[in-house]
Amino acid sequence: MSDKVKVTIDGISVEVAPGTTILNAARQIGGDIVPPAMCYYSKLEGSGGKCRTCLVKVSKGSEKDPRPMPKLVASCRTTVMDGMEVENITSPEVVEAREGVVEMLLINHPLDCPVCDQAGECSLQDLGFEHGAAQTRYEFDRRTFERIDIGDKIQLHMNRCILCYRCTYVADQITDGRCHGVIGRGDHAEISTYIEKAIDNDFSGNVIDVCPVGALTDKTFRFKNRVWFTKPVDAHRDCPTCSGKVTLWYKGEEVIRVTARKDEYNEVEEFICNTCRFDKKKTSDWVIEGPRAIANTSVISSNHYETLKPLPVIQQNPALMASNKEEFERTKKS
Amino acid sequence: MESLSNRKKVLEQKPMNFWERMYLPAIFKGMAITFRHMFKPKETIFYPEVEREFSENWRGMHSLKRDEEGRERCTACGLCALSCPAEAITMVAAERKKGEEALYREEKYAATYEINMLRCIFCGLCEEACPKEAIYLDGPIVPADYLRKDFIYGKDKLVEKPLTELIKQ
Repeated sequence: MSDKVKVTIDGISVEVAPGTTILNAARQIGGDIVPPAMCYYSKLEGSGGKCRTCLVKVSKGSEKDPRPMPKLVASCRTTVMDGMEVENITSPEVVEAREGVVEMLLINHPLDCPVCDQAGECSLQDLGFEHGAAQTRYEFDRRTFERIDIGDKIQLHMNRCILCYRCTYVADQITDGRCHGVIGRGDHAEISTYIEKAIDNDFSGNVIDVCPVGALTDKTFRFKNRVWFTKPVDAHRDCPTCSGKVTLWYKGEEVIRVTARKDEYNEVEEFICNTCRFDKKKTSDWVIEGPRAIANTSVISSNHYETLKPLPVIQQNPALMASNKEEFERTKKS
Repeated sequence: MESLSNRKKVLEQKPMNFWERMYLPAIFKGMAITFRHMFKPKETIFYPEVEREFSENWRGMHSLKRDEEGRERCTACGLCALSCPAEAITMVAAERKKGEEALYREEKYAATYEINMLRCIFCGLCEEACPKEAIYLDGPIVPADYLRKDFIYGKDKLVEKPLTELIKQ
C-alpha cells in the first residue's frame, strides 16, 4: 500500500500525502475548485479555522467509513482520509453557507472600498464579489473603533478588520518579540499593540502583506494611488536580513510601494524586511527582473494596452506628424 | 411575373402641353411658396444666447457634486478613471486634514481632478461607475475654445458651487 491517500474533490481525484488538509489537496489540483480562504495562510503555522469561508461538504468520510460528515467542515483544518469525497462548488449547500459567511464577515465591515488602499487586491472584495449577496440585510450601526496610531509605517484601520489573526501569527512567528495581539472578546475583539507600543521589529511590515483586508496598510503608500493604476515589477536586491525578492509597484518612473511577491492565493512567497519595504524606494536600489504576472481577472491588469502595437502595414505619415508637433508647440506657448 | 407587394406604379410620361412648355406658371408657384415662408415663424435659434431644451437623458459637461452639507462627495477612488474608455480622467488623492471636515465628506479627497474634454466621448460610464454619486454629466454643451490646454477642465470648473454661493446669486 502506497503512503499516499486518494481524495476526490468535486469529482477530480488527487493523491496527496497523509495529513494534508482538504484545502491544500484542492490547491494541488488548482483551478475553480479551490475553496477561498481568508484566515488560513500556508506560511503561518497554526493559522486557519477562524473565518469559515473554506467550508466544504464531505460526502464520503473515507474508504473504511463511508458515512458523510454530518456538518460542513472547514477545509483548512480537516485532514484528508483515504477515499474521501469532498464537494465544494458542486454542492448547493456549500455555496449557500459561503454566502452566509460572507454576509457575517461584512456585517461590521465599513465597506469604504473607495477610500481603502487595499481595494483592488482585497481578498474580502473578491470573496464578496464571487460568493456574496448584492445587498446587506443588516440594519444596525456598524461596530466602530477609535483610531489607534501604531507607528509611522503601518496604518491600522480596526473597523475593517475581520479578525483572521494572521497578523498576530506573523508577530508571533516571524518577529522575535510579540507586541501585537488580539485583545477583548466577541464583538469587542480588536487587534492591537499592547499599550500602543509601536511595532519596530525588522519584519513587522509583513502584517501588511498577510492582512486579507485593508485593516493593516502601508502608511508610506497611503492614498498615493490606486492599486490598479500602478505597474507591478519583480525586482531583487542583496539584502542582509531577508531574501530581497520583492514586487515594486511603479507609477510612471517612481516606485510608490514595495511588497513581497504574492501567489495566486494572495500569499507571499517570501517575507521581506522593513528596510526593503519602506526605505528602498528608488529604482537604483533594485535589480529589475521583469513585469509581474497578474491574473487577467484582476482589476490591476485592466486598461493595460502594452501588447497593443500598430500593425506594420500602417505607415508613418511625416506630414501628419509635423503638423501634430506644430499644434503641440502652439498650445505650449501660452 | 406578378409583383409580390403590388405597390409598383407605372408613371406615364405625356408630352408637355403649351403652359407647361412656358414654365412660367411653375416658376410663380415656386416663388409663392418661398414668399409664404417669410411670414412663418423661424425654425432656427440664436445659439448660444438661446438654447434648446435638452432631453432628459442628455449627457453634457461633468459636474462634481456636493452633499447636503456642501461637502465634496468625491473620494478619488479612481473608478471613473478606470471605467473611462477614452482615458480622459486623471486625479491625485490627498488625505483630509483636521479642520477640513466641512469641505470633504470622507478622509480621502481629490486634490486635483482633471477631465480632458477633447478626449471625453460623453458616454457616461464615469457616472455609472461612481460609488459615491459624485460625478454627473448634467451640464450644458462643453463650450468651444482655441487652445487644447484649455479643454483640460480642473476642479475649478467641475466642482459644483457651494449652496451658499448659489443663494447669493
